[in-house]
Amino acid sequence: MMEDWAAAAIETAKRRGASYADVRVMDIRHRDLSVKNGEVGTLAESESLGIGIRVISSGAWGFAATDELTREGIQACAAESVAIAKASSLAKRENVVLAPEASYVDSWQNPFLKDPFRIPVERQMDLLLAADREMRRVQGVTLAEGSMSFRRIEQLFVSSTGSSIHQIKMQSGAGIVATSFAGSEIQKRSYPNSFGGQHTLQGYELVESLDLVGHAPRVAEESVALHSAAQCPEGHKTIILGSSQLGLQIHESIGHPIELDRVLGMEANFAGTSFLTTDKLRKLQYGSEIVNVVADARLEHGPGLGTFAYDDEGVPAQSTPIITSGLFTGYLSSRETARSIGEKRSGGTVRAESWNRLPMIRMTNISIHPGSWKYDDLLADTDDGILMETNRSWSIDDKRYHFQFSTEIGWEIKGGKIGRMIKNPSYSGITTEFWNRCDAICSRDHWTLWGTPNCGKGQPQQTMGTGHGAAPARFRNIRVGVAFSK
Amino acid sequence: MGEKTRKRLAAESERIAERVLALSSADQTEVDISISIDALTRFANNTIHQHVAEQIRTISVRVAIDGRTARVTTNKTDDESLRRAAASAIRLARHQPENPNLLPMPGKQKYQRVSRFFSATADTRAEDRARSIGRVCKTAEKRKQTAAGIFSSGQLQSMMVNSEGLFASYEQTRAEFSVTMLDRNSSGWAKANSPDIARIRPEELAETASQKAADSREPREIEPGHYTAILPPAAVLDLVGFLFYDFAGTAVFDKRSCFTDRIGKKVFGENITLWDDVYDPLQSGPTYDGEGLPRQKVLLVDRGVVRNLVYSRATAKKMKAKPTGHGFFLPNEYGEAPMNLVFSGGQESVEEMVRTTERGILVTRLWYIREVDPYQKILTGMTRDGTFLVENGRIAGGIRNFRFNQSVIEMLGNVQMLGPAVRAAGEESFEMVVPAMKVANFHFSEVTKF
Repeated sequence: MMEDWAAAAIETAKRRGASYADVRVMDIRHRDLSVKNGEVGTLAESESLGIGIRVISSGAWGFAATDELTREGIQACAAESVAIAKASSLAKRENVVLAPEASYVDSWQNPFLKDPFRIPVERQMDLLLAADREMRRVQGVTLAEGSMSFRRIEQLFVSSTGSSIHQIKMQSGAGIVATSFAGSEIQKRSYPNSFGGQHTLQGYELVESLDLVGHAPRVAEESVALHSAAQCPEGHKTIILGSSQLGLQIHESIGHPIELDRVLGMEANFAGTSFLTTDKLRKLQYGSEIVNVVADARLEHGPGLGTFAYDDEGVPAQSTPIITSGLFTGYLSSRETARSIGEKRSGGTVRAESWNRLPMIRMTNISIHPGSWKYDDLLADTDDGILMETNRSWSIDDKRYHFQFSTEIGWEIKGGKIGRMIKNPSYSGITTEFWNRCDAICSRDHWTLWGTPNCGKGQPQQTMGTGHGAAPARFRNIRVGVAFSK
Repeated sequence: MGEKTRKRLAAESERIAERVLALSSADQTEVDISISIDALTRFANNTIHQHVAEQIRTISVRVAIDGRTARVTTNKTDDESLRRAAASAIRLARHQPENPNLLPMPGKQKYQRVSRFFSATADTRAEDRARSIGRVCKTAEKRKQTAAGIFSSGQLQSMMVNSEGLFASYEQTRAEFSVTMLDRNSSGWAKANSPDIARIRPEELAETASQKAADSREPREIEPGHYTAILPPAAVLDLVGFLFYDFAGTAVFDKRSCFTDRIGKKVFGENITLWDDVYDPLQSGPTYDGEGLPRQKVLLVDRGVVRNLVYSRATAKKMKAKPTGHGFFLPNEYGEAPMNLVFSGGQESVEEMVRTTERGILVTRLWYIREVDPYQKILTGMTRDGTFLVENGRIAGGIRNFRFNQSVIEMLGNVQMLGPAVRAAGEESFEMVVPAMKVANFHFSEVTKF
């Protein structure tokens, strides 16, 4: 069926005058569950099936999408995409030209052990309610929450140049949060991460591996203990970031500025531009010499939310060196943007949230290579610092220079040992100055491929999942505490 | 879209809703159907680079059975898919503990009529948007600037029915134009939206953005600190938008609202009065909530005192209050929220705010705002696209962008002047009717490099 719909769309687009067309038929299924203070919060499933048709005609782009999957509906949608392209050409400066790419006929599915949609909802709900009960056993917890989300994304990509690529992605996520209100303060702790926990391209085995119930008491106790913890000091300090926080630091201060559409001004009105202008490629010392970052969409990198076999332009998954021994060495690109800066081929990073959204450059798995430090050795080597874990807020300017993060919890490090708990930790800085102050990264044993399920970009805005492999890392002379300064 | 298509889609939705009710074997069934037809033309570097159109219909089915409820959503309209949606919702509902707080679905309701469907918006063509953008890009080129932005138009038709006789429907059109003008080392921005495309004037907005970019050329760096801030409506909107969940009864019940233990107290300045009012002529959005209850006009803040919250039916019962028609689709964990904020506003213009300021910062737009402290309501974010130093009652030139860390509660206690409340559009929050504000002691904590 999907093949017939795609063929009808391509045929109509070509007949109407498209010089190039590609089509994505997507069938997306969601299941979302949440609990709150012992009661069911969300319990919902959804499915969405439709077709998105992207064309070049009169040298300009057009895109139309519909869920009227009759022959007439698809033909009308294809005709509209061509008409839109012709309208776009009224305000074009030059013709769209794409970097060359071979055609592929292939089928791929990410490996997983347990289909989360075949696990009874009752079992999933029972697990969340059990974790919820454990959190509420701790006096002082005013709100206990838990959630799971599952996605099955099936899509067929067909292009007018002969590609036909069928992919199925199974994605799972779960997490818990304990919140404590007392006096004039709200404190919270999340596990294994904020943003609904950990999310990967796996089946239900991810949820089982997290041991939500086992971690619930600690999470709850920490949320209460934060009320009596010391306030994060103001000043310049050595900081060690936990791996999930480093993952978000990579996302905001490396992942977004390397998007070539931002660099070329295409996102100037909303997401912003980038300080990484093209003159900086292979010249800018982005970080210290121990900083090595890749954009890797291949399965061998891990089951990240940025893992796939082909992107939404039919380009195979690749690994691109982004920062090599501290030097800035690569962008995230599409077929159109790669050509515009003289690259021979797209980096294969284009994805769309759904069938009704235009594919655009999105982060794949943007990961820092592990270093050589054992975690305990890193702490022992730190005389005076703050360990910060689990993101609480994040903000960065529209060129991705100045950032400020705060985390849920921190600990003082004195004389190589973890000391008292610190509340409201925050740090800020300028992207390149920050990464050049990185002097230690923990080893592969401490490296986790985190999933960020909520990355927003584009107009209309699209939400996309991205992956970020990170291990705890140390940064010297970083400004801390400014978020709460008076 | 012509009148014929509009009527056809409405009739189809009614037929689908009837089919779902007939196919469901649950104790009670609710169906919400929405059809969106939208198009958006995107430009950057003085050319159109993305141009999209979409049509999507969603059918969302909620069932209640044996004191349990669940929801399944599909966009497939054949009988088998509709039957499967209802059956899946029943299966989901059965696999959960009984909910003692679940209320029976409401019956027939009366709704106040609003008129927010404009044929001119619905009939806007791709060429219309493209030509308008072409003129904006030519203006930018003449001024050696670069234009980027969007021009969108579309419509929404929604309908809710349930097995207890409730029938609600709503339709509106929507149009939006947003433009950023980039100069050599500065930028400016302007944005507007309305159900009526005739109220959107792309070239005037582009002129405003262009002038902001020109006026903020060669921005200089000044020390961060506490300044008098002059915030246009879009900037105010993006900040106060972070308060909307705090007015939910559920958020107070859960003790995660900044108004926990503050109801009935004077939290803001005397000059702050705030309503939620979907019927305000400058507002938009459905006149009923996620269960089909009519939205009520609610006084949230009266001269600085937090007077009322909004409540879904279930939250109202738990908190011994009356439902206000602000509930989300069930089941959910957040309860409700006011989605149509309307400030009372004042009479002062931004020009007057500048004229009366000895030293301050005039902002165009705020960006990437996030909550740092949920109870003191400290927000962080950046200024963007035209930030100016004001000295001795005059704009003294562009400055590099600041990061702020500012409590919104303190901010709304430090408002010295208010402009007339207007329909504003930002990027971080939904549209609201909000004034420009001159705020004392606004905390700009750090500065960036541009």
